[in-house]
Amino acid sequence: MSIWEYANPVKFMRLSGRVLPWVAIGAAICIASGLVWGFLTPPDYKQGATVKIIFLHVPAAMMAINIWAMMLVASLIWLIRRHHVSALAAKAAAPVGAVMTLIALITGAIWGQPMWGTWWEWDPRLTSVLILFLFYLGYIALWSAIDDADTAADLTGWLCIVGSIFAFLSRYAVLFWNQGLHQGASLSLAPGERMSAVYRYPLYLSMLGFGLLFLALVLVRTRTEIRRRRLAALIAREVRA
Amino acid sequence: MIELGKYAIPVLAAYAVSAVLIAGLILQSLAANARARRDLDRQEQRDG
Repeated sequence: MSIWEYANPVKFMRLSGRVLPWVAIGAAICIASGLVWGFLTPPDYKQGATVKIIFLHVPAAMMAINIWAMMLVASLIWLIRRHHVSALAAKAAAPVGAVMTLIALITGAIWGQPMWGTWWEWDPRLTSVLILFLFYLGYIALWSAIDDADTAADLTGWLCIVGSIFAFLSRYAVLFWNQGLHQGASLSLAPGERMSAVYRYPLYLSMLGFGLLFLALVLVRTRTEIRRRRLAALIAREVRA
Repeated sequence: MIELGKYAIPVLAAYAVSAVLIAGLILQSLAANARARRDLDRQEQRDG
C-alpha cells in the first residue's frame, strides 16, 4: 500500500471520515486539559500570572509556522505530481494557519504590554510573523480571485514557496539577528534555560491539542473542498449535456 | 481560587480572544462542510 493511494478523493473521504471523530475528541481533551492545567499553574517569579498566556501563545505560534510548512509540502506535491487532494489540503489549511498566526500575534501583544512595556515592537521575530500573517491572507485571497481551480493551485503553490522564506525566518529570526525583544526558544534544552516542569508539561499537552485541532480542522475543510469540487464537476456536466 | 493579581485583565483577555477565534474557526468550518454536503446531496439526487 502506498501513501499516494490517499490522493484518490474517494479513498481520502473514506479514511478521513473514519479518523476524524477520534482526532476531534483527542484535540478537545488535550486542549481542555492542557489549558485548564496551565491556568492552574502558580505565577512565575518574573512574569507573574502572565505566564499563563504561554499555553496559548507558544502552541499558536508553533502551529502558525508548521501549518505553512505543511502547505509547502502539499503545494510541492501538487506542483510535481499533480495530486488534487494535496492542493485542496493546502487550501484548507490556510485559514487555520491565519487564525493561529493571529492568535500568536494578539496573545503576544497582550503579554508584551505588561512585560516589555509595549504592545508591539519592530523586532525581527514579531515582524517576520506579521509578514507571515500577511502571506496567509494573500494566499487565501489568491485562491478566491482565480476561477480556474488548477491555475489557482499552481499560483498559490508558487506563492507558498516564496512565503516559506518568512515562515523559516519567523522560526529562526531570533538566532539570525541577535537583537530585538523576543526571547529565544520557549522550550530550550540548554542548561539554565530549560522551562520548569510545572509549566513544561501543560505546555506539551496544549501543543499536542493544537496540533490535533489543526489535523481535525484540515480534514473537515479538505472534505468540504472535495465536495465543492465534485459539485462543480456535476454542474459543469449538467450544463454541457 | 486562582490568583491572577494585577495581570487578571491581560490573562483573561488572551484566553477570551483565543476562545472566540478558535470557536469561530470551528463553527465556520463545520457550517461550510454541512452546506457543501447538502448542496452535493441535492445535486446527486437531481442527477439520479
